[in-house]
Amino acid sequence: MDIFIQQLINGVTLGSVYAVVALGYTMVYGIIQLINFAHGEVVMIGAMVAFSVITALAPGGWPPLMVVAAGTIVAIPVCMAIGYGLERIAYRPLRNAPRLAPLISAIGMSIILQHLALLVWSRNFIAFPQIIKSEPYHIGGAIITNVQIAIIATSVAMMAGLALMVYRTRLGTAMRATAQNPQVAGLMGVDINRIIAVTFLIAAALAAVAGVMVGSYYGIAHYQMGSLLGLKAFSAAVLGGIGNLPGAMLGGVLLGVVEALGAGYIGDFTNNWFGSNYQDVFAFIVLIAVLVFRPTGLLGERVGDRT
Amino acid sequence: MKHSKLALTLIAAAIGVIGCGEEKKPEPPKVEAPKPPPPPPSIEIKIGSVAPLTGGIAHLGKDNENGVRLAVDEANAAKIKIDGKDAKFVMMGEDDQADPKVGTTVAQKLVDAKVAGVVGHLNSGTSIPASSIYNGAGIPVISGSATNPKLTEQGFKVQFRVVGRDDQQGPAIASYLATNAKPRVVAVIDDATAYGEGLANEVEKTLTAAKIKVLPREKGTDKTTDWKAVLTKLKGKRPDAIFYGGMDATGGPLMKQGRELGIKAVFAFGDGACTDEMSKLAGDAAEGLLCSQAGIPVKAASQKFLDAYKKAFNVDPILYAPFTYDAANMLIDAMKRADSADPAKYLPELAKLSFTGATGKIEFDDKGDRKDAEMTIFTMKGGKIEPIAIIKGGNSMTVDEYLKMAAPAVPAEAPKPAAEPARDEAKK
Repeated sequence: MDIFIQQLINGVTLGSVYAVVALGYTMVYGIIQLINFAHGEVVMIGAMVAFSVITALAPGGWPPLMVVAAGTIVAIPVCMAIGYGLERIAYRPLRNAPRLAPLISAIGMSIILQHLALLVWSRNFIAFPQIIKSEPYHIGGAIITNVQIAIIATSVAMMAGLALMVYRTRLGTAMRATAQNPQVAGLMGVDINRIIAVTFLIAAALAAVAGVMVGSYYGIAHYQMGSLLGLKAFSAAVLGGIGNLPGAMLGGVLLGVVEALGAGYIGDFTNNWFGSNYQDVFAFIVLIAVLVFRPTGLLGERVGDRT
Repeated sequence: MKHSKLALTLIAAAIGVIGCGEEKKPEPPKVEAPKPPPPPPSIEIKIGSVAPLTGGIAHLGKDNENGVRLAVDEANAAKIKIDGKDAKFVMMGEDDQADPKVGTTVAQKLVDAKVAGVVGHLNSGTSIPASSIYNGAGIPVISGSATNPKLTEQGFKVQFRVVGRDDQQGPAIASYLATNAKPRVVAVIDDATAYGEGLANEVEKTLTAAKIKVLPREKGTDKTTDWKAVLTKLKGKRPDAIFYGGMDATGGPLMKQGRELGIKAVFAFGDGACTDEMSKLAGDAAEGLLCSQAGIPVKAASQKFLDAYKKAFNVDPILYAPFTYDAANMLIDAMKRADSADPAKYLPELAKLSFTGATGKIEFDDKGDRKDAEMTIFTMKGGKIEPIAIIKGGNSMTVDEYLKMAAPAVPAEAPKPAAEPARDEAKK
């Protein structure tokens, strides 16, 4: 039982990171039907920038929490600038082009960002300075560390904040209006370009925080870390129903939990026929199964009703 | 408008033609040395070096390449004459990205460029498929770091290696673990690469033979950074020791997460994760790690090599550089002895060469493996890995004992005085 609880804790931590990244995919998709494949790279840049700041400040003798916070605070505007740049350079000129064009430019931007990071932070695995000592807390035989608690709490706070903004503010209303029909929203006086840019900015800010979380959780950062994470988070967004905010949160947490439980129990179920290295396969089997029965994802309702 | 376009096209075409002409000219005469008509005062001998220069283990790849570069630079400085001509050695450094597919492409590229010999590849997974390409072209290839036994079991006459094999390294770390940590249950994890799996298999074999219970194998990939699920599962089975066959980039997070989950087991790793990098990647959690390296510790390499490396690259060698350095020097030495850079001519010399280099005495057996290869066991102490035992021919001894024993065996006859200064360094 304690093992099961431990796997759940592992899964929820991982899942809340997925959820935050998935929100970025789903927001952008919801508003301009674009899969921003460079989003995973924005997460990576967030982690890298935070790494540089934390490394620079670590010997200064500040309290560790403040150093990490400073890293995050610097990473957010950098990622926002990149997010805005992506939209401005690679997506806005192609907004009325066939669907495939922005998709390709997204993949292109993802490769460019990776190699930019390669130039700046080298090709090596970068060890994240481990200035926050991980303190274990025991729950029913399982262990949760302070870092895990911080990750889950930050994710929940950011998701709640995002939900409040989208459903309770004028800006959120404008975003939802643009998502429903950009032309009509434009006619109603919504500055669509501004709203789309703001969406990218928010997604990038979330990505920056996710990057810091991943970096400090695993203690490692690498210029290619964004691609698999991005793919998983994208899958989470699809699982929950792409374009749907609560769906991304649900999909992210679910994918994390399925992955952890899959890795933990697949060997026992298949008599060690499949090892734990099939955890990704297991997660994607669940994804495919869900999509076969609910092509719009778990909470998706509205996908495909517009061309 | 039309004219300018035409002119542009013409210029472009002209540049293209000139460009092609320039590129092609110097290629053929470079390697075909014994061609009388334009008697070149010097011959250019290309030596390939293949290692991943991008990706997770690029730092190790660069280290390997630096070893070769140093040997080549020194050979050039020594103004060696081969076949009566001044030999100019050129290193062709290639990046195989630790990817078997890229590895074969790069191997073919080197063969097409008519290299005289190759030092590489770093990984077993890339070395094995590439070896058949070199074999087909008859080009000698020496790996300074690929430890999978399969590499030299294919019957290729051109394939050599200057490090030990997993079936020597695996038993070494496993028997050290069995006698010193005395575990009852051991969990074995690998990263599903030819190297990691091969090493883990050997460890499992030795442990099983020593009547120690080994849990069903767990696997990750060479990119896995999240080991929590696997470790949590293992925690429930209460192993006394955990062995991981894989590299430091994945092993670091593994160990860190293991300690975070409250696992108290001894962690043991193979040579891929036997670096100082582990203390950065895993933090304090890395303390007490046991790991093995094929060959002797970098510190025990000859002082002359260590100084020259530091001087040339302004960093200390990490892991395999002394081995790739020796490998490149052996190629050059065999060419000198055969008085030819033609692979067919100097290959027999290479096979029977007795060479004393930065890593001690090297001779090859029939398969191309290094005779009597040493294995070293390290432990992580205060953020640095420290050699605690050297295993040679099944016997475990401390580093000092080894150096005492090795010293008289290394005469000062060869091109490099090897172990003498190294001993002082290792004692520090």
